[in-house]
Amino acid sequence: MRRMCHFRDPDALRRFSVAVIGLAILWPMMQLAQFDIFALFEDRNLVVFSNFLIQFFPPNLQTSFLVLVLKATIETLAMATAGIALAMLMAIPLGLIITYSLSISRIGPASGHRIARLGRYLARMLMLFLRGIPEIVWALLLVRVFGLGPIAGVLAIAITYGGMLAKVYSEILETENTLPARALLILGSGRINAFLYGLLPGASQELASYTIYRWECAVRASVVMGFVGAGGLGQLMDQSMKMLNGGEVSTILIVFLLLVLLADYISLIIRRQLA
Amino acid sequence: MRKIAFSFQHVSFSHSNGKEALKNINISASAGESIAIIGSSGSGKTSFLNLIATSLRPSTGSITVLNVDPWSISKGRLQSLRSQIGLVHQAVPIPPRQRVITAVLAGRLGQWPLWKSLLSLIYPVDIAGPQLCLQKLDLADRLFDRCDRLSGGQLQRVGVARVLYQAPHLLLADEPVSAMDPVLSDLTIQCLLEDARTRDACFVASLHAVDIALKWFPRIIGLRDGEIFFDLPATDVSESLLEQLYASERGVLPKQGSANTSS
Amino acid sequence: MNHYPARKFCLKCLVTIVLIALFIVASFAYLSLNPLALFTKQAMSDVAIYTSRFFPPDLSSAFLQKVWSGVLQTLAISALATLLAAIVSLFLALPAAGQFGNGAKAVTRFFLNFLRSVPELVWAVLMVLAVGLGPFAGTLALALHTTGVLGRLFGETLENHPPSATQALKLAGASNTQAFIYGALPGIYSQLLSYSLYRWEMNIRMATILGFVGAGGLGQILYYELSLLHEQQASTVIMAMLVLVIGVDMISNKLRRVQMHSLG
Repeated sequence: MRRMCHFRDPDALRRFSVAVIGLAILWPMMQLAQFDIFALFEDRNLVVFSNFLIQFFPPNLQTSFLVLVLKATIETLAMATAGIALAMLMAIPLGLIITYSLSISRIGPASGHRIARLGRYLARMLMLFLRGIPEIVWALLLVRVFGLGPIAGVLAIAITYGGMLAKVYSEILETENTLPARALLILGSGRINAFLYGLLPGASQELASYTIYRWECAVRASVVMGFVGAGGLGQLMDQSMKMLNGGEVSTILIVFLLLVLLADYISLIIRRQLA
Repeated sequence: MRKIAFSFQHVSFSHSNGKEALKNINISASAGESIAIIGSSGSGKTSFLNLIATSLRPSTGSITVLNVDPWSISKGRLQSLRSQIGLVHQAVPIPPRQRVITAVLAGRLGQWPLWKSLLSLIYPVDIAGPQLCLQKLDLADRLFDRCDRLSGGQLQRVGVARVLYQAPHLLLADEPVSAMDPVLSDLTIQCLLEDARTRDACFVASLHAVDIALKWFPRIIGLRDGEIFFDLPATDVSESLLEQLYASERGVLPKQGSANTSS
Repeated sequence: MNHYPARKFCLKCLVTIVLIALFIVASFAYLSLNPLALFTKQAMSDVAIYTSRFFPPDLSSAFLQKVWSGVLQTLAISALATLLAAIVSLFLALPAAGQFGNGAKAVTRFFLNFLRSVPELVWAVLMVLAVGLGPFAGTLALALHTTGVLGRLFGETLENHPPSATQALKLAGASNTQAFIYGALPGIYSQLLSYSLYRWEMNIRMATILGFVGAGGLGQILYYELSLLHEQQASTVIMAMLVLVIGVDMISNKLRRVQMHSLG
């Protein structure tokens, strides 16, 4: 009979040290974030919050308030649409600058201009800057220039989403199948025509689809920007929250969820029609 | 009078697609018995084992396993009944990245409270036990390896080790040596038989290779087209019976391989 | 009639595009917004004057230290929130995948959808009400929203995972939870981790702006400085935000490339 030797788990030391390191990071992190679970159960907080929550049922369904909510909803939708429209206005030239020469070089011999490359580089940097700053920060700044109201929101969306759309447009165009365009080139058309009639149409569905997806995101962003004064449903909710009016807040929340569903539905229809 | 390990009365089973896998099975076995189920592919061996294991429910008829009807008791009692039934699966159901020791320890999950299972993940609560089971199967040196580093035969033995560690009253095995060479198959079957005998547990194994079945098991059940063709002591199983059983295999009896020891 | 090879004439598309164009024009009209008015001389000079107030940014060491602690706090908020959400989602993955019946599955999925649909900022406003101003409110808000996202992803991963290992353990008497931990988790663990890390990245971006409603981090500093009309300090904070987001993006890209290489 073989002698039985009792093994130790060789993995145990590694697991133990990982756990120790994890805890060593966790503790200061909780301090930094002022993680205090007992604050949830502190008397004054609990009373205020539970009173607020109780008011959620029933939601405020007075006609006068519902009219306000409806107006705010339309304002939010208008903000998102106008914002995306302006964003497209910005993204199309910006995106084209980036991809035009790249695409041309993919289709046929490139002109190799150094200016074109520099322009591409600058455009990329600009897009990074525009995209990197969250739209709500832009909204906060623009409110100080253009005053409270939806204008700030429209511009904030135009700026950030313009950058996003430009980047994705360029990516879509860069990965598009170049065969139709090259065929046109062989048939003797110029580079610009080959680009416009050979490359662009194939990508148009994807471009449209992404733009409409971004419109949906813009609707949600418009609501959020209302909290810094950019109008729409968000501003209404901010006002109701400040007055601790639970009934109004719950109505607005419900309308918001319905709005998101509506936007989702509209985008689905449009995408199906364009297919 | 020995305790009944399981019994079937007029049991039939059809798959959800309508195919009838077993027809009118009447059979029982007592504690301590060792039985081999043989038959050609598609004869219903796996369904039979799964019915005993309470993985499948009979379409008609009734079964009792370890003296209870598994389909008329509460979920809690069914769970504890299942902890007393061990099934060695044909396709080893162990996550590839799991270590051998964790895979073997998982055999007793049904007998452990939740806190013990969680604790075992941090540090295995029992190393000697799984080691002993693996040692019997000549696999003790792989105790802390990951399962995806093992060969097919080694992985199958880990599946067997898990059931050995579970130490159930009813041991079931669905083609437990299909990926092993003759020496290892003999070792594994011997191991299972020994374990069942020591604990007076009933052991039922479905086997593809007829020679292994006849060599090791005192009682042989032959299934053909979902029915029990014969249920005899091994000594009474004749060549002609086997030929009739495997009529669909074109006259070739499935055997383990060339190398076999005479016992 | 000439048709160019890669474009087919489509009446539906034309009608849709015209409708969209009308919708866009109507939006501008409703908002009484004339886009050309934005580019008048007056508007442009207003913007130029306001922009100039942001330069030069305040780079004094005292303020930079403040901004640095804001960055750390933002990272802490996002990390804790993601960690909390991942743990809760692990528990919710079982009912969401249907392991406790279809009723529990429907309820869990509905609950998770609700958590997900409410934007993080709205959660932050609610949490500020519940626990007061400060980063704890931000952590809770992000955790709630992220639970909705991760809970659904975890549940779907578990549902799509082959159930043979879990079923085998249940057949040997293990409970649902035990079978999940020993049978499914080893197989889906790396996917869940990947989702969580991706979500952490997005949460860092979110955590920077939750401060606008008082939930801590860089956002709270920015809001504070802007309301005091300290534009130069504000521009430092905005630069820190940019650096943080771009830095995290670059690091995660590099890590992803390393992971790809190590996988073969």
